[in-house]
Amino acid sequence: MKFIPNSIIKESMLKEIELHTIDELFSDIPKKIRINNLNLPDGVSQQEVEKRLRKLGKKNKSFSEMPSFLGGGIKPHYIPAAVKSIIARSEFYTSYTPYQPEASQGFLQAMFEYQSMIAEITGMDVANASLYDGATALGEAALMCNRIKKRKTFVIPKNISKDKKCILKNYTKGTEITIKEIAYDTKTGKIDLDDLKKNIDDDTTGVYIENPNFFGVFEDDVDEISSLVKEKQAVFVVGVDPIALGITKNPGKYNANIVIGEGRSLGNPMDFGGSGLGIFSCKHEFIRQIPGRIIGLTEDSDGKRAFCMTMQTREQHIRRGRATSNICTNEGLCALAAVAFLSWLGGSGLEKLGRINFEKGQRLAKKITSIHGFEKVFCGVHFNEFVIQCPDAAKLHNKLLSNGIQGGLILDDFSPDLKNCMLFGVTEIHSDESIEKLVSILKEET
Amino acid sequence: MYRSAVYDEPLLNELEEKRNNTYTPVDVLPSSLQRKEKINIPDLDETQVIRHFFRLSQMNFGIDSGMYPLGSCTMKYNPRLCEEISRWDSFAMTHPYQDESTIQGNLQIMYELEQLFCEITGMDCFTLQPAAGSQGEFTGLLLTRAYHESHHDFERNEIILPDTSHGTNPASATMAGYKIIEIPSTKEGTVDLEILKKTLSSKTACFMLTNPNTLGIFESGIEEIAKIVHKAGALLYYDGANINAIMGKAKPGDMGFDIVHLNLHKTFSTPHGGGGPGAGPIGVKKKLETFLPIPRITKKKDTYYLNHDYPKSIGKIKAFYGNFSVLLKAYIYILLMGRDGLKESSEIAVLNANYMKKKLIDSEKYDLPYKELRKHEFVLSCERLQKEKGIRALDIAKRLLDYGLHPPTIYFPLIVKEALMIEPTESESKRTLDEYIKALIRIADEDISSVKNAPSNTPVRRVDEASAIKKSLLTWTSLQEK
Repeated sequence: MKFIPNSIIKESMLKEIELHTIDELFSDIPKKIRINNLNLPDGVSQQEVEKRLRKLGKKNKSFSEMPSFLGGGIKPHYIPAAVKSIIARSEFYTSYTPYQPEASQGFLQAMFEYQSMIAEITGMDVANASLYDGATALGEAALMCNRIKKRKTFVIPKNISKDKKCILKNYTKGTEITIKEIAYDTKTGKIDLDDLKKNIDDDTTGVYIENPNFFGVFEDDVDEISSLVKEKQAVFVVGVDPIALGITKNPGKYNANIVIGEGRSLGNPMDFGGSGLGIFSCKHEFIRQIPGRIIGLTEDSDGKRAFCMTMQTREQHIRRGRATSNICTNEGLCALAAVAFLSWLGGSGLEKLGRINFEKGQRLAKKITSIHGFEKVFCGVHFNEFVIQCPDAAKLHNKLLSNGIQGGLILDDFSPDLKNCMLFGVTEIHSDESIEKLVSILKEET
Repeated sequence: MYRSAVYDEPLLNELEEKRNNTYTPVDVLPSSLQRKEKINIPDLDETQVIRHFFRLSQMNFGIDSGMYPLGSCTMKYNPRLCEEISRWDSFAMTHPYQDESTIQGNLQIMYELEQLFCEITGMDCFTLQPAAGSQGEFTGLLLTRAYHESHHDFERNEIILPDTSHGTNPASATMAGYKIIEIPSTKEGTVDLEILKKTLSSKTACFMLTNPNTLGIFESGIEEIAKIVHKAGALLYYDGANINAIMGKAKPGDMGFDIVHLNLHKTFSTPHGGGGPGAGPIGVKKKLETFLPIPRITKKKDTYYLNHDYPKSIGKIKAFYGNFSVLLKAYIYILLMGRDGLKESSEIAVLNANYMKKKLIDSEKYDLPYKELRKHEFVLSCERLQKEKGIRALDIAKRLLDYGLHPPTIYFPLIVKEALMIEPTESESKRTLDEYIKALIRIADEDISSVKNAPSNTPVRRVDEASAIKKSLLTWTSLQEK
């Protein structure tokens, strides 16, 4: 067999340990439940598998064959070859969780650097070494708020993705927390501050906002929101798009306590939505409550600098039922891609990337809204996603598709008042050519 | 013998950089949100970045470096073909919200993978959504709750698990809002049926079990266990971390399990990535199907759909549809291995474990508490060495590093004192197993100081984990502030 070296010498190995047949090794499985084989096809050669997968791949249309303007929490970004080459080092990707620090200094140092960079861009003191994705990071943040301040409600804006709401509900099912949703201002697309005021009280454990939010709009009333949260001594949780942080103030500047986000855009492909990279960072005072793995700097027995997993008494393999989270396997390699990506860009590169994404978002929105019948739904300043009211979203979607373009995300099931609305997304990776093509098809619609 | 490279590699922020200190705010942004100063991440050249990470990679042990016998982690070889294909644009550059007609390949792979898992585990249906084993557990417990509540049974707030269970089991149970009851194992290292019977009640939601358990022992009483658990109205949960022991030999579904999770980054050979991403699909029996996360993948004629129309579903537990890149690798692995390959993986994994176990017991340096016959892993105790020479499991682990070998899992399961939990997997040749056995035997006879002072052949010597907690240096900023 291809990956089983002892396959051909099993007889002699059995003999060496005084057995005769493989079956004897399985004699402890009751006969009634023992099977002879699985009802699966025979294995096939690598060449044949590759051929089959090419065929399956052809049943997809990737971004390179079909430009896509989908928003909704995930967008394509350029991945430098240097990043691909770093995460393709098999010393990294074939390693396990670094339980033995002396044999894992490379990954540990890279994760320490990842934590450092995430703390830097979010304006927090510490970051963990990743969670599954931005959506589960919200679930974990709500649970953490509940550990910090045991109160009854966790407040979220209405304009976050439906998936996130559902995941949050599931993550908090085992607690007493109820979720309260804050309305958004239908003109600006931002949180309705009056509604927020009404809904924060002494029962509030934490308040979550997203910047930019699901509609791509920046929440710029952050100082006001922050003082509302602080007044009631609730925990302030902010969700970010790390690329937008290239041009915006970090949430530390407006007194966030916990900053989370989806970090996939930092050097990771879309991968049909998975794997993601859950960013999770917080202020030092809450460090004992943080979920997941944390890497610390220390020394070896000779006094030389060394890295290791630390504060493991928060984690499931030590604390079991009293751990801060059940997470074990995280998204290590995606975090490695992120730290490689940020190193490759540098601070200046991230600033530039943020700027490009912002400007492209502005330009595309302008182009689209200059076409008769297409209006921007919200007047708040947006990043690289924005909502457009179309004459007939479903019809447009099909027309774009037949022209080899995937249009924006149709928001019909997000909210009844967003009928015929599309959430468009654009990044540094979209060519002028594909943008022109999109615009020219939209023009035909009018 | 494997030897790690040794560098005094600076942190990225300590590397020489081109510094440009000016920052011009983006003035069309609302002023309350404008960034006003530079981001403190060094600006380096690609050469510096590549060299930095190249050097770090050379100070990292992976399965490609050598045997990595972490118990319950199933560190097997990761076929290169799976890696390569998963990076093709046709998969990696697809968006989860694309029109269904443009993602038929992805959906077909997921649909077929669910079927393959159903056959391997004997379950009726699968969801591929959970991102890792522990998230699979959490999802399984949400399904458990939904199931009992659909029977208007709101009293079941307890989860029972054996004292040999993985740490994630009780952690997931707590997260799902349950009370945990841990029951002691028998002298044989298996579930104590009498205690289980007494512990089960109308308050039990679920009994979580790993089979073979973390001692590597098959729970031969599984049929009786399933009977009494079901009789009490509870569900039986299978932690699939150890399923590499029984593929093609027995199915959890036939044993009476109601929910099963699989760790694709273990049994199905997707790489562990230094900590992830993994995938933790779960399979259930028909009676739980209606609660599975959405969307489900359905097939009508030759077209595949993302179907959200399951009103009783628990909804979502992770963004989108699961860690697709990992699912894809597992799918390729199963195609490559096929029926006989998967079965032989389990056979040789078990043979390799029992071979090592026998040789090590025969050496009389280590003891094997509990039952003799093991499946894919076994747990030795070096308590005798500790008493005689003061050498602990941790010391042995560190000394193995000097031999260029990755240590096994240590101090787990908790019921074995000074535990060395060894899982060689089917990937290792006899020659490698012999080397490992020889090293373990030799270490037991070495002088105390060379074992106590190990390792000395690694990029750093024994790491002071206790002072890491005291120092609490978790970012380069905290280091500069010190």
